[in-house]
Amino acid sequence: MPDWLVSMKSLSVAYNGKVVLSDINFTIRKNDFIGVIGPNGGGKTTLIKTILGIVHPFRGSIEFNEGIEASKLIGYLPQISTGDLNYPLTVKDVILSGLMIRKKLVSRMSETDRQKAEMVMSELGLSGLSSALLKDLSGGQQQRVFLGRAIIGDPGLLLLDEPGTFVDANFENDFYEKLRDLNRKMAILMVSHDIGTISAYIKSFACVNRTLHYHPSSEITNENLLAYGCPIQLVTHGDVPHTVLKIH
Amino acid sequence: MENSLLQYSFILKGLLGAVFASITAGLAGTYIVSRKMVFLSGGISHASFGGIGLGFFAGINPIIGAAVFSIFSALGIEYLSVRQKIREDSAIGILWAFGMATGIIFIYLTPGYAPNLMSYLFGSILTVTTADIIALGIMSVILILYFGIFYRAILYISFDEDFARTYSPYVNVFKYLTTSLIALTIVLNIRMTGVVLVISLLTIPPNIAMLFTREYNKIVIWAIIAGFAGIITGYATSYFLGIPTGATIIFTLVILWIIVKTVIRFSSVRKINPGEKQ
Repeated sequence: MPDWLVSMKSLSVAYNGKVVLSDINFTIRKNDFIGVIGPNGGGKTTLIKTILGIVHPFRGSIEFNEGIEASKLIGYLPQISTGDLNYPLTVKDVILSGLMIRKKLVSRMSETDRQKAEMVMSELGLSGLSSALLKDLSGGQQQRVFLGRAIIGDPGLLLLDEPGTFVDANFENDFYEKLRDLNRKMAILMVSHDIGTISAYIKSFACVNRTLHYHPSSEITNENLLAYGCPIQLVTHGDVPHTVLKIH
Repeated sequence: MENSLLQYSFILKGLLGAVFASITAGLAGTYIVSRKMVFLSGGISHASFGGIGLGFFAGINPIIGAAVFSIFSALGIEYLSVRQKIREDSAIGILWAFGMATGIIFIYLTPGYAPNLMSYLFGSILTVTTADIIALGIMSVILILYFGIFYRAILYISFDEDFARTYSPYVNVFKYLTTSLIALTIVLNIRMTGVVLVISLLTIPPNIAMLFTREYNKIVIWAIIAGFAGIITGYATSYFLGIPTGATIIFTLVILWIIVKTVIRFSSVRKINPGEKQ
Protein backbone atom coordinates (compact mmCIF):
# COMPACT_ATOMS: atom_id res chain seq x y z
CA MET A 1 0.00 0.00 0.00
CA PRO A 2 1.43 3.41 -0.90
CA ASP A 3 2.23 5.52 2.12
CA TRP A 4 0.86 8.86 0.98
CA LEU A 5 -2.22 10.51 2.48
CA VAL A 6 -2.78 13.62 0.39
CA SER A 7 -1.36 14.44 -2.99
CA MET A 8 -1.51 17.78 -4.80
CA LYS A 9 -0.65 18.00 -8.46
CA SER A 10 -0.07 21.31 -10.31
CA LEU A 11 -2.49 22.88 -7.87
CA SER A 12 -3.32 26.60 -8.10
CA VAL A 13 -5.68 28.47 -5.80
CA ALA A 14 -7.06 31.99 -6.14
CA TYR A 15 -8.61 34.06 -3.39
CA ASN A 16 -10.64 37.18 -4.20
CA GLY A 17 -9.39 37.08 -7.77
CA LYS A 18 -5.75 36.90 -6.74
CA VAL A 19 -3.59 33.80 -7.23
CA VAL A 20 -2.41 32.80 -3.76
CA LEU A 21 -0.94 29.38 -4.49
CA SER A 22 0.56 28.57 -7.84
CA ASP A 23 1.49 25.22 -9.37
CA ILE A 24 1.89 23.31 -6.10
CA ASN A 25 3.16 19.73 -6.26
CA PHE A 26 3.13 18.34 -2.79
CA THR A 27 2.59 14.98 -1.15
CA ILE A 28 1.84 14.45 2.52
CA ARG A 29 3.10 11.07 3.69
CA LYS A 30 1.91 8.94 6.56
CA ASN A 31 3.59 9.83 9.86
CA ASP A 32 5.37 12.88 8.47
CA PHE A 33 5.64 15.94 10.73
CA ILE A 34 5.84 18.93 8.42
CA GLY A 35 6.59 22.45 9.58
CA VAL A 36 5.13 24.99 7.17
CA ILE A 37 6.97 28.29 7.12
CA GLY A 38 6.80 31.35 4.93
CA PRO A 39 5.95 35.04 5.00
CA ASN A 40 2.56 36.43 6.00
CA GLY A 41 0.18 36.39 3.07
CA GLY A 42 2.32 33.74 1.40
CA GLY A 43 -0.58 31.25 1.32
CA LYS A 44 0.05 29.08 4.39
CA THR A 45 -3.52 29.28 5.70
CA THR A 46 -4.89 28.89 2.16
CA LEU A 47 -2.91 25.64 1.89
CA ILE A 48 -4.64 24.37 5.04
CA LYS A 49 -8.05 25.50 3.77
CA THR A 50 -7.44 23.72 0.49
CA ILE A 51 -6.65 20.47 2.29
CA LEU A 52 -9.80 20.94 4.39
CA GLY A 53 -11.87 21.46 1.24
CA ILE A 54 -13.06 24.94 2.26
CA VAL A 55 -11.40 26.54 -0.77
CA HIS A 56 -11.09 24.83 -4.12
CA PRO A 57 -8.26 24.93 -6.66
CA PHE A 58 -9.00 26.55 -10.01
CA ARG A 59 -6.33 24.43 -11.63
CA GLY A 60 -4.69 21.11 -10.79
CA SER A 61 -5.94 18.54 -8.32
CA ILE A 62 -5.89 17.41 -4.71
CA GLU A 63 -6.37 13.72 -4.01
CA PHE A 64 -6.85 11.73 -0.85
CA ASN A 65 -5.56 8.17 -0.63
CA GLU A 66 -8.64 5.95 -0.71
CA GLY A 67 -6.58 3.03 0.53
CA ILE A 68 -5.97 4.68 3.89
CA GLU A 69 -9.34 5.00 5.52
CA ALA A 70 -8.32 7.83 7.80
CA SER A 71 -6.79 9.93 5.04
CA LYS A 72 -10.00 11.90 4.56
CA LEU A 73 -10.45 12.31 8.31
CA ILE A 74 -8.59 15.48 9.08
CA GLY A 75 -8.14 17.04 12.49
CA TYR A 76 -7.89 20.81 12.49
CA LEU A 77 -6.66 23.22 15.16
CA PRO A 78 -7.44 26.73 13.91
CA GLN A 79 -6.15 29.96 15.36
CA ILE A 80 -8.04 30.47 18.61
CA SER A 81 -10.05 33.43 17.36
CA THR A 82 -12.55 31.29 15.42
CA GLY A 83 -14.52 29.96 18.40
CA ASP A 84 -16.80 32.14 20.55
CA LEU A 85 -15.24 31.70 24.00
CA ASN A 86 -18.36 33.07 25.71
CA TYR A 87 -20.70 30.57 24.08
CA PRO A 88 -22.60 28.46 26.66
CA LEU A 89 -20.98 25.20 25.59
CA THR A 90 -19.10 22.88 27.96
CA VAL A 91 -15.53 21.65 27.43
CA LYS A 92 -16.83 18.14 26.80
CA ASP A 93 -19.30 19.34 24.17
CA VAL A 94 -16.59 21.34 22.40
CA ILE A 95 -14.37 18.25 22.24
CA LEU A 96 -17.29 16.11 21.04
CA SER A 97 -17.82 18.52 18.14
CA GLY A 98 -14.67 17.04 16.63
CA LEU A 99 -16.71 13.91 15.91
CA MET A 100 -19.17 15.77 13.67
CA ILE A 101 -17.01 14.90 10.67
CA ARG A 102 -18.00 11.25 11.11
CA LYS A 103 -21.63 11.99 11.87
CA LYS A 104 -24.59 12.87 9.80
CA LEU A 105 -26.57 16.05 10.45
CA VAL A 106 -28.84 14.32 12.91
CA SER A 107 -26.23 13.67 15.49
CA ARG A 108 -26.69 11.99 18.81
CA MET A 109 -23.54 11.36 20.78
CA SER A 110 -23.34 7.76 22.00
CA GLU A 111 -21.98 6.53 25.30
CA THR A 112 -18.85 5.40 23.44
CA ASP A 113 -18.41 8.94 22.10
CA ARG A 114 -18.67 10.39 25.59
CA GLN A 115 -16.15 7.89 26.95
CA LYS A 116 -13.82 8.75 24.10
CA ALA A 117 -14.15 12.44 25.03
CA GLU A 118 -13.26 11.64 28.65
CA MET A 119 -10.24 9.69 27.43
CA VAL A 120 -9.01 12.55 25.26
CA MET A 121 -9.53 14.94 28.16
CA SER A 122 -7.46 12.88 30.58
CA GLU A 123 -4.80 12.45 27.90
CA LEU A 124 -4.56 16.24 27.59
CA GLY A 125 -4.67 16.98 31.30
CA LEU A 126 -8.22 18.30 31.24
CA SER A 127 -9.82 15.74 33.57
CA GLY A 128 -12.43 17.20 35.87
CA LEU A 129 -13.15 20.09 33.53
CA SER A 130 -15.82 18.38 31.42
CA SER A 131 -18.63 20.71 32.49
CA ALA A 132 -16.51 23.87 32.64
CA LEU A 133 -17.04 26.59 30.06
CA LEU A 134 -14.19 27.84 27.86
CA LYS A 135 -14.24 31.28 29.45
CA ASP A 136 -13.34 29.70 32.82
CA LEU A 137 -10.12 28.20 31.45
CA SER A 138 -6.63 29.58 30.95
CA GLY A 139 -5.30 30.18 27.45
CA GLY A 140 -3.24 27.00 27.57
CA GLN A 141 -6.23 24.94 28.69
CA GLN A 142 -8.40 26.42 25.95
CA GLN A 143 -5.76 25.44 23.42
CA ARG A 144 -5.77 21.88 24.72
CA VAL A 145 -9.57 21.78 24.41
CA PHE A 146 -9.26 22.76 20.75
CA LEU A 147 -6.50 20.20 20.29
CA GLY A 148 -8.85 17.63 21.86
CA ARG A 149 -11.54 18.58 19.37
CA ALA A 150 -9.03 18.06 16.54
CA ILE A 151 -7.86 14.59 17.63
CA ILE A 152 -10.98 12.94 19.08
CA GLY A 153 -11.89 11.52 15.67
CA ASP A 154 -8.49 9.74 15.31
CA PRO A 155 -7.63 11.60 12.12
CA GLY A 156 -4.97 10.45 9.68
CA LEU A 157 -3.75 14.01 9.34
CA LEU A 158 -3.64 16.80 11.91
CA LEU A 159 -3.48 20.39 10.65
CA LEU A 160 -2.33 23.11 13.05
CA ASP A 161 -2.51 26.78 12.15
CA GLU A 162 -0.09 28.88 14.22
CA PRO A 163 -0.57 27.01 17.50
CA GLY A 164 2.26 29.09 18.95
CA THR A 165 0.27 32.33 18.82
CA PHE A 166 -1.84 31.48 21.83
CA VAL A 167 0.35 28.92 23.51
CA ASP A 168 0.83 29.19 27.22
CA ALA A 169 4.57 29.70 27.82
CA ASN A 170 4.51 27.17 30.67
CA PHE A 171 2.81 24.61 28.53
CA GLU A 172 4.69 25.18 25.30
CA ASN A 173 7.13 22.29 25.67
CA ASP A 174 4.39 19.95 26.90
CA PHE A 175 2.35 20.93 23.89
CA TYR A 176 5.06 20.08 21.38
CA GLU A 177 5.88 16.86 23.26
CA LYS A 178 2.20 15.97 23.01
CA LEU A 179 2.37 16.55 19.26
CA ARG A 180 5.36 14.25 19.07
CA ASP A 181 3.30 11.51 20.79
CA LEU A 182 0.41 12.11 18.41
CA ASN A 183 2.77 11.90 15.45
CA ARG A 184 3.13 8.16 16.13
CA LYS A 185 -0.51 7.79 15.13
CA MET A 186 -1.03 10.55 12.58
CA ALA A 187 0.74 12.83 10.15
CA ILE A 188 1.02 16.44 11.28
CA LEU A 189 1.23 19.60 9.22
CA MET A 190 1.90 22.67 11.31
CA VAL A 191 2.02 26.30 10.20
CA SER A 192 4.30 28.27 12.47
CA HIS A 193 6.29 31.45 12.76
CA ASP A 194 8.40 30.07 15.53
CA ILE A 195 10.80 28.06 13.41
CA GLY A 196 13.40 27.90 16.13
CA THR A 197 11.15 26.02 18.55
CA ILE A 198 9.51 23.71 16.06
CA SER A 199 12.73 22.68 14.33
CA ALA A 200 13.43 20.37 17.25
CA TYR A 201 10.16 18.49 16.66
CA ILE A 202 9.48 18.45 12.95
CA LYS A 203 10.70 15.82 10.49
CA SER A 204 10.53 17.96 7.38
CA PHE A 205 9.54 21.43 6.38
CA ALA A 206 7.84 23.22 3.54
CA CYS A 207 8.32 26.83 2.60
CA VAL A 208 5.15 28.41 1.21
CA ASN A 209 5.41 31.70 -0.62
CA ARG A 210 2.93 31.44 -3.53
CA THR A 211 4.92 28.36 -4.52
CA LEU A 212 5.80 25.48 -2.24
CA HIS A 213 9.19 23.95 -1.64
CA TYR A 214 9.35 20.77 0.39
CA HIS A 215 12.50 19.82 2.21
CA PRO A 216 12.53 16.27 3.57
CA SER A 217 14.67 17.04 6.60
CA SER A 218 14.22 19.15 9.68
CA GLU A 219 17.45 21.04 9.14
CA ILE A 220 16.51 24.56 8.29
CA THR A 221 19.57 26.39 7.08
CA ASN A 222 20.27 29.72 5.47
CA GLU A 223 21.25 27.94 2.29
CA ASN A 224 18.08 26.02 1.69
CA LEU A 225 15.86 28.93 2.66
CA LEU A 226 17.82 31.07 0.24
CA ALA A 227 17.49 28.46 -2.48
CA TYR A 228 13.70 28.40 -1.98
CA GLY A 229 13.35 32.15 -2.05
CA CYS A 230 11.81 32.07 1.41
CA PRO A 231 12.02 35.60 2.73
CA ILE A 232 11.80 34.97 6.44
CA GLN A 233 13.98 35.63 9.41
CA LEU A 234 15.45 32.56 10.93
CA VAL A 235 16.00 32.91 14.65
CA THR A 236 16.78 29.88 16.73
CA HIS A 237 17.13 29.47 20.44
CA GLY A 238 18.87 27.12 22.81
CA ASP A 239 21.47 24.69 21.61
CA VAL A 240 20.86 25.33 17.93
CA PRO A 241 23.28 27.87 16.50
CA HIS A 242 21.69 31.29 16.30
CA THR A 243 21.15 32.48 12.76
CA VAL A 244 19.42 35.50 11.33
CA LEU A 245 18.47 35.58 7.72
CA LYS A 246 17.46 38.66 5.80
CA ILE A 247 16.20 38.38 2.27
CA HIS A 248 13.58 40.70 0.85
CA MET B 1 -73.67 30.59 32.66
CA GLU B 2 -72.82 32.16 29.33
CA ASN B 3 -70.61 34.64 31.09
CA SER B 4 -68.58 31.95 32.86
CA LEU B 5 -68.18 30.02 29.59
CA LEU B 6 -66.80 33.15 27.94
CA GLN B 7 -64.52 33.66 30.86
CA TYR B 8 -63.42 30.03 30.66
CA SER B 9 -62.50 30.31 26.96
CA PHE B 10 -60.70 33.58 27.64
CA ILE B 11 -58.62 31.98 30.38
CA LEU B 12 -57.92 28.89 28.26
CA LYS B 13 -56.79 31.07 25.36
CA GLY B 14 -54.55 33.07 27.64
CA LEU B 15 -53.09 29.94 29.19
CA LEU B 16 -52.36 28.24 25.87
CA GLY B 17 -50.96 31.49 24.50
CA ALA B 18 -48.63 31.74 27.47
CA VAL B 19 -47.44 28.15 27.06
CA PHE B 20 -46.71 28.49 23.33
CA ALA B 21 -45.26 32.00 23.60
CA SER B 22 -42.85 30.91 26.35
CA ILE B 23 -41.78 27.78 24.43
CA THR B 24 -41.13 29.62 21.16
CA ALA B 25 -39.57 32.65 22.84
CA GLY B 26 -37.38 30.45 25.07
CA LEU B 27 -36.01 28.38 22.18
CA ALA B 28 -35.53 31.28 19.77
CA GLY B 29 -34.41 33.66 22.52
CA THR B 30 -31.64 31.41 23.82
CA TYR B 31 -30.34 31.08 20.26
CA ILE B 32 -30.27 34.82 19.58
CA VAL B 33 -28.84 35.74 22.99
CA SER B 34 -26.06 33.14 22.70
CA ARG B 35 -25.25 34.21 19.15
CA LYS B 36 -25.37 37.90 20.14
CA MET B 37 -28.14 38.54 17.60
CA VAL B 38 -30.39 40.64 19.84
CA PHE B 39 -30.02 43.81 17.78
CA LEU B 40 -30.62 41.84 14.57
CA SER B 41 -33.82 40.44 16.05
CA GLY B 42 -34.93 43.91 17.12
CA GLY B 43 -34.43 44.99 13.52
CA ILE B 44 -36.46 42.06 12.22
CA SER B 45 -39.40 42.77 14.51
CA HIS B 46 -39.56 46.45 13.60
CA ALA B 47 -39.03 45.79 9.88
CA SER B 48 -42.06 43.49 10.01
CA PHE B 49 -44.25 46.52 10.74
CA GLY B 50 -43.95 47.33 7.05
CA GLY B 51 -45.71 44.03 6.36
CA ILE B 52 -48.42 44.82 8.88
CA GLY B 53 -49.11 48.13 7.12
CA LEU B 54 -49.13 46.40 3.75
CA GLY B 55 -51.56 43.84 5.14
CA PHE B 56 -54.00 46.56 6.25
CA PHE B 57 -53.66 48.32 2.90
CA ALA B 58 -54.15 45.19 0.78
CA GLY B 59 -56.87 43.79 3.02
CA ILE B 60 -55.00 40.60 3.92
CA ASN B 61 -54.08 39.32 7.38
CA PRO B 62 -51.39 41.74 8.65
CA ILE B 63 -49.50 38.84 10.28
CA ILE B 64 -48.97 37.25 6.86
CA GLY B 65 -47.57 40.54 5.57
CA ALA B 66 -45.36 40.79 8.66
CA ALA B 67 -44.09 37.22 8.17
CA VAL B 68 -43.04 37.96 4.59
CA PHE B 69 -41.33 41.23 5.57
CA SER B 70 -39.53 39.73 8.55
CA ILE B 71 -38.17 36.70 6.69
CA PHE B 72 -36.93 38.84 3.80
CA SER B 73 -35.31 41.37 6.10
CA ALA B 74 -33.69 38.62 8.21
CA LEU B 75 -32.25 36.84 5.18
CA GLY B 76 -31.25 40.18 3.67
CA ILE B 77 -29.28 41.18 6.76
CA GLU B 78 -27.55 37.78 7.01
CA TYR B 79 -26.72 37.86 3.31
CA LEU B 80 -25.41 41.43 3.33
CA SER B 81 -23.24 40.88 6.38
CA VAL B 82 -21.86 37.58 5.07
CA ARG B 83 -20.88 39.26 1.80
CA GLN B 84 -19.49 42.13 3.88
CA LYS B 85 -20.82 44.68 1.46
CA ILE B 86 -22.17 46.64 4.40
CA ARG B 87 -21.67 46.59 8.17
CA GLU B 88 -24.24 44.39 9.84
CA ASP B 89 -25.35 46.99 12.38
CA SER B 90 -25.84 49.57 9.63
CA ALA B 91 -27.90 47.11 7.56
CA ILE B 92 -30.07 46.47 10.61
CA GLY B 93 -30.47 50.19 11.31
CA ILE B 94 -31.62 50.83 7.75
CA LEU B 95 -34.12 47.96 7.60
CA TRP B 96 -35.43 48.73 11.09
CA ALA B 97 -36.54 52.25 10.19
CA PHE B 98 -37.46 51.39 6.60
CA GLY B 99 -39.97 48.81 7.83
CA MET B 100 -41.54 51.25 10.28
CA ALA B 101 -41.72 53.99 7.63
CA THR B 102 -43.32 51.66 5.07
CA GLY B 103 -45.85 50.52 7.64
CA ILE B 104 -46.85 54.07 8.59
CA ILE B 105 -47.24 55.11 4.93
CA PHE B 106 -49.41 52.09 4.08
CA ILE B 107 -51.62 52.60 7.13
CA TYR B 108 -52.01 56.29 6.25
CA LEU B 109 -53.03 55.30 2.70
CA THR B 110 -55.54 52.74 3.95
CA PRO B 111 -59.03 54.23 3.75
CA GLY B 112 -60.88 54.49 7.03
CA TYR B 113 -59.72 53.48 10.46
CA ALA B 114 -57.05 50.77 10.90
CA PRO B 115 -58.55 48.42 13.45
CA ASN B 116 -56.32 46.95 16.13
CA LEU B 117 -53.35 49.02 15.04
CA MET B 118 -52.41 49.60 18.66
CA SER B 119 -52.58 45.87 19.37
CA TYR B 120 -49.95 45.24 16.69
CA LEU B 121 -47.69 47.91 18.14
CA PHE B 122 -48.11 47.05 21.81
CA GLY B 123 -49.91 43.68 21.91
CA SER B 124 -53.27 42.80 23.42
CA ILE B 125 -54.61 39.51 24.70
CA LEU B 126 -58.16 40.67 23.91
CA THR B 127 -57.50 40.66 20.17
CA VAL B 128 -55.60 37.36 20.06
CA THR B 129 -57.64 34.96 17.95
CA THR B 130 -57.90 31.19 18.10
CA ALA B 131 -56.00 31.11 14.78
CA ASP B 132 -53.14 33.06 16.41
CA ILE B 133 -52.96 30.51 19.21
CA ILE B 134 -52.99 27.59 16.75
CA ALA B 135 -50.21 29.22 14.71
CA LEU B 136 -48.09 29.66 17.84
CA GLY B 137 -48.80 26.04 18.80
CA ILE B 138 -47.63 24.79 15.40
CA MET B 139 -44.54 27.00 15.67
CA SER B 140 -43.78 25.48 19.09
CA VAL B 141 -43.88 21.98 17.61
CA ILE B 142 -41.69 22.99 14.65
CA LEU B 143 -39.08 24.63 16.89
CA ILE B 144 -39.01 21.74 19.36
CA LEU B 145 -38.47 19.26 16.51
CA TYR B 146 -35.92 21.46 14.73
CA PHE B 147 -33.78 22.17 17.79
CA GLY B 148 -34.30 18.64 19.11
CA ILE B 149 -33.18 16.88 15.93
CA PHE B 150 -30.38 19.23 14.88
CA TYR B 151 -29.33 20.32 18.39
CA ARG B 152 -25.60 19.72 18.03
CA ALA B 153 -25.36 20.85 14.43
CA ILE B 154 -27.04 24.18 15.27
CA LEU B 155 -24.98 24.74 18.43
CA TYR B 156 -21.65 23.89 16.87
CA ILE B 157 -22.27 26.22 13.93
CA SER B 158 -23.15 29.06 16.31
CA PHE B 159 -20.09 28.33 18.42
CA ASP B 160 -17.50 28.09 15.66
CA GLU B 161 -18.74 28.63 12.14
CA ASP B 162 -15.31 28.33 10.52
CA PHE B 163 -14.66 24.97 12.13
CA ALA B 164 -18.13 23.76 11.16
CA ARG B 165 -17.32 24.53 7.54
CA THR B 166 -14.50 21.98 7.72
CA TYR B 167 -16.97 19.11 8.18
CA SER B 168 -20.30 20.34 6.85
CA PRO B 169 -21.28 21.89 3.53
CA TYR B 170 -24.62 22.89 5.09
CA VAL B 171 -23.47 25.72 7.36
CA ASN B 172 -25.22 28.44 5.35
CA VAL B 173 -28.37 26.36 4.94
CA PHE B 174 -28.59 26.01 8.71
CA LYS B 175 -27.89 29.67 9.34
CA TYR B 176 -30.55 30.89 6.90
CA LEU B 177 -33.08 28.30 8.03
CA THR B 178 -32.61 29.09 11.72
CA THR B 179 -32.80 32.83 11.09
CA SER B 180 -36.04 32.36 9.12
CA LEU B 181 -37.56 30.37 11.97
CA ILE B 182 -36.49 33.08 14.42
CA ALA B 183 -38.14 35.70 12.20
CA LEU B 184 -41.40 33.70 12.12
CA THR B 185 -41.26 33.23 15.89
CA ILE B 186 -40.91 36.98 16.35
CA VAL B 187 -43.86 37.70 14.07
CA LEU B 188 -46.18 35.20 15.77
CA ASN B 189 -45.31 36.62 19.16
CA ILE B 190 -46.12 40.15 17.97
CA ARG B 191 -49.76 39.28 18.74
CA MET B 192 -48.80 38.82 22.39
CA THR B 193 -46.62 41.85 23.09
CA GLY B 194 -46.57 43.94 19.91
CA VAL B 195 -43.82 44.99 17.51
CA VAL B 196 -42.15 47.33 19.96
CA LEU B 197 -41.90 44.94 22.91
CA VAL B 198 -41.52 41.47 21.35
CA ILE B 199 -37.72 41.54 21.41
CA SER B 200 -37.79 41.72 25.21
CA LEU B 201 -40.04 38.68 25.35
CA LEU B 202 -37.24 36.77 23.59
CA THR B 203 -34.23 38.23 25.40
CA ILE B 204 -35.28 38.64 29.04
CA PRO B 205 -36.13 34.96 29.81
CA PRO B 206 -32.75 33.54 28.65
CA ASN B 207 -31.02 36.31 30.56
CA ILE B 208 -32.92 35.33 33.70
CA ALA B 209 -31.87 31.70 33.12
CA MET B 210 -28.24 32.67 32.53
CA LEU B 211 -28.11 34.21 36.00
CA PHE B 212 -28.04 30.75 37.54
CA THR B 213 -27.33 28.21 34.80
CA ARG B 214 -24.66 28.01 32.12
CA GLU B 215 -25.29 25.14 29.74
CA TYR B 216 -27.28 25.79 26.58
CA ASN B 217 -29.97 23.13 27.06
CA LYS B 218 -30.57 24.14 30.67
CA ILE B 219 -30.77 27.81 29.66
CA VAL B 220 -33.53 26.90 27.19
CA ILE B 221 -35.57 25.04 29.80
CA TRP B 222 -35.25 27.75 32.46
CA ALA B 223 -35.95 30.47 29.88
CA ILE B 224 -39.23 28.73 29.01
CA ILE B 225 -40.16 28.45 32.71
CA ALA B 226 -39.20 32.08 33.41
CA GLY B 227 -41.06 33.26 30.31
CA PHE B 228 -44.19 31.35 31.32
CA ALA B 229 -44.10 32.76 34.84
CA GLY B 230 -43.67 36.29 33.51
CA ILE B 231 -46.42 36.02 30.91
CA ILE B 232 -48.98 34.49 33.28
CA THR B 233 -48.26 37.03 36.00
CA GLY B 234 -48.36 39.82 33.41
CA TYR B 235 -51.73 38.60 32.10
CA ALA B 236 -53.30 38.44 35.51
CA THR B 237 -51.96 41.82 36.55
CA SER B 238 -53.06 43.52 33.34
CA TYR B 239 -56.51 41.93 33.61
CA PHE B 240 -57.16 42.99 37.18
CA LEU B 241 -55.63 46.46 36.85
CA GLY B 242 -56.99 47.08 33.34
CA ILE B 243 -53.61 48.04 31.88
CA PRO B 244 -52.04 46.94 28.52
CA THR B 245 -51.03 43.26 28.46
CA GLY B 246 -47.82 43.42 26.40
CA ALA B 247 -46.32 46.18 28.50
CA THR B 248 -47.32 44.45 31.72
CA ILE B 249 -45.67 41.17 30.60
CA ILE B 250 -42.38 42.89 29.80
CA PHE B 251 -42.55 44.90 33.03
CA THR B 252 -43.14 41.69 34.99
CA LEU B 253 -40.22 39.92 33.26
CA VAL B 254 -37.83 42.74 34.11
CA ILE B 255 -39.01 42.68 37.75
CA LEU B 256 -38.46 38.91 37.74
CA TRP B 257 -34.92 39.43 36.39
CA ILE B 258 -34.18 41.94 39.17
CA ILE B 259 -35.60 39.61 41.85
CA VAL B 260 -33.58 36.60 40.65
CA LYS B 261 -30.42 38.68 40.37
CA THR B 262 -30.89 40.05 43.89
CA VAL B 263 -31.63 36.63 45.38
CA ILE B 264 -28.54 35.14 43.73
CA ARG B 265 -26.35 37.99 44.89
CA PHE B 266 -27.46 37.59 48.50
CA SER B 267 -27.31 33.80 48.50
CA SER B 268 -23.83 33.76 46.95
CA VAL B 269 -22.63 36.31 49.50
CA ARG B 270 -23.83 33.96 52.20
CA LYS B 271 -22.01 31.06 50.58
CA ILE B 272 -18.73 32.94 50.33
CA ASN B 273 -18.76 34.42 53.83
CA PRO B 274 -18.31 31.23 55.91
CA GLY B 275 -15.30 30.32 53.79
CA GLU B 276 -13.74 33.72 54.35
CA LYS B 277 -14.12 33.46 58.10
CA GLN B 278 -12.16 30.23 58.35
